[in-house]
Amino acid sequence: MTALPERGRKLHRLERSALTGVLVREVVNYSSYWRASTFSSTVEPTIYLLAFGFGFGSIVSTIGGYDYVDFVGTGTVATAVLFSSAFPAMFGTFVKYKFQRTYDAILAAPVDTEEIVTAEALWIATRAGVYGCVPMLVAMACGLDPSWGMLTVPLIAWLAGFGWACFGITVAGFAKSIENFNYVVSAVLTPLFLLAGSFFPLDEFPAWARWLAQLNPLHHCVVLVRHAVFGFVGWHDAIRAAALVAFGLVIWRLAIRAMTRKLID
Amino acid sequence: MTDSAIRLRGVVKRYGPITAVDGLDLDVPTGTCVGLLGPNGAGKSTTMRLLTAQSIADEGELELLGYRLPDESKEARAFLGVVPQLDNLDVTLSVEQNLLVFSHLYRIARPDRREAIERALEIARLADRRGSRVDELSGGMRRRLLIARALVHRPRLVLLDEPTVGLDPQVRQELWALIDRLRSEGTTILMSTHYIEEAERLADTVVIMSHGKAVAAGPPLALVTAHAGADALEVYGSPVRLAEVEVEAAREGLRTRRSGTSISIFGVNGSLGERLGGERRPANLEDVFVLLTGEEID
Repeated sequence: MTALPERGRKLHRLERSALTGVLVREVVNYSSYWRASTFSSTVEPTIYLLAFGFGFGSIVSTIGGYDYVDFVGTGTVATAVLFSSAFPAMFGTFVKYKFQRTYDAILAAPVDTEEIVTAEALWIATRAGVYGCVPMLVAMACGLDPSWGMLTVPLIAWLAGFGWACFGITVAGFAKSIENFNYVVSAVLTPLFLLAGSFFPLDEFPAWARWLAQLNPLHHCVVLVRHAVFGFVGWHDAIRAAALVAFGLVIWRLAIRAMTRKLID
Repeated sequence: MTDSAIRLRGVVKRYGPITAVDGLDLDVPTGTCVGLLGPNGAGKSTTMRLLTAQSIADEGELELLGYRLPDESKEARAFLGVVPQLDNLDVTLSVEQNLLVFSHLYRIARPDRREAIERALEIARLADRRGSRVDELSGGMRRRLLIARALVHRPRLVLLDEPTVGLDPQVRQELWALIDRLRSEGTTILMSTHYIEEAERLADTVVIMSHGKAVAAGPPLALVTAHAGADALEVYGSPVRLAEVEVEAAREGLRTRRSGTSISIFGVNGSLGERLGGERRPANLEDVFVLLTGEEID
């Protein structure tokens, strides 16, 4: 007879050491692919910025009181956030689940699905917070004037990035195959991306479309960033920020549910 | 609390109409190596998933290191090492980075981390390949790393799911030596396998699984003696001849096992043996398996 194993301490939900463990895995892996990731997350929105800025910018010089390049430069921050959060979350989660079987390895350690989802979303959000600033920096190089409010842009990008990362994880959680992502990209992400007010103001849209835009987290991100750069509009922006927080919290829980269903049978 | 590292009672796991585990009782005494032996589809992998709470049982009691599953699974997993059947290493990372990641996931304190990684490198005999990316390693090296990764936190209990499946014989020998060393150091092991020889060589106790149940359990030799006797008479011949022998053995009330070119007869006495001809050979676990389940293992 061997002595009874001494009992370890009771473990709780969302433990810091578990989150750290998953984050370390992400960060170490990132060191092997950061070039490609940084390239796609920054070059793509920059191309949008330059194409629209110089393309449209030659026809319209100002829009809604903003210089057009400034308008697009601040608007494409949200585009960069979307591209660096929803997409990597969708594909990354699915690949780790299906092809690399990473989650089987992590779940064998004292880590729960809730911690995996949370840590991965936090990590993607942090990247989005950084990548999101790139279009703004490019716009500054093209003449956008610096302002103190710009310092809150990484935070706004982080907050929106967290929500979109959780959105991507949720999609991956429900998807049966990687081809399913096409539906989400075409039917959800593309309309939201166009109905965000990044490239053109939504003022001329019919009322129903403007009303719909209020349900679009990306739209709130666009407006918040613009106001951060050119001046906040008090409680109006507080509500938008609250909307982003609410989006993040709801979709975070949804992502955990979707992944728990997928990983635990 | 018990002296069993693993204790399952009446465990049932269904996937829709399929019952993968069907009333399984299983005990793994602390400090021993138990081999779960059975063909593909017997429920071995599902049992392993139940033990890490990646599957939740529909019925029954599961206890691992004194923790009740699935409620206390996270606590139990802190003392558990798992070697999966399918390689899930991070292939773009180096050997050392893979171990570093798991030293964090297994919550090894910072001052002990370096030593734990070095120890794991030594177990895997990959110290000189620490900087190599995993996708540059051979199959055997990857499997050694997979085992070492599960040992980085000095677990009390190790689950090995088909540890040598798909590897060539020489690599298999190498891994057996590694597992044997682990066993001799007193680590409790539950290993699933469908290789008879693997179970015979490494397991103190073999549990034969079929259709989600444990149909027999015991030390390999005792199982052979109890279910197949000391030896078997192996008769070779034409299909017609084999059919005759089968009928004759059945008349004597003896159990037989048909394989492609021969028939094995168990519990044959001297005079019958002389009449039938053939060669005597020691009975083995495979005979036990076939006699108990009526199935061939591979």
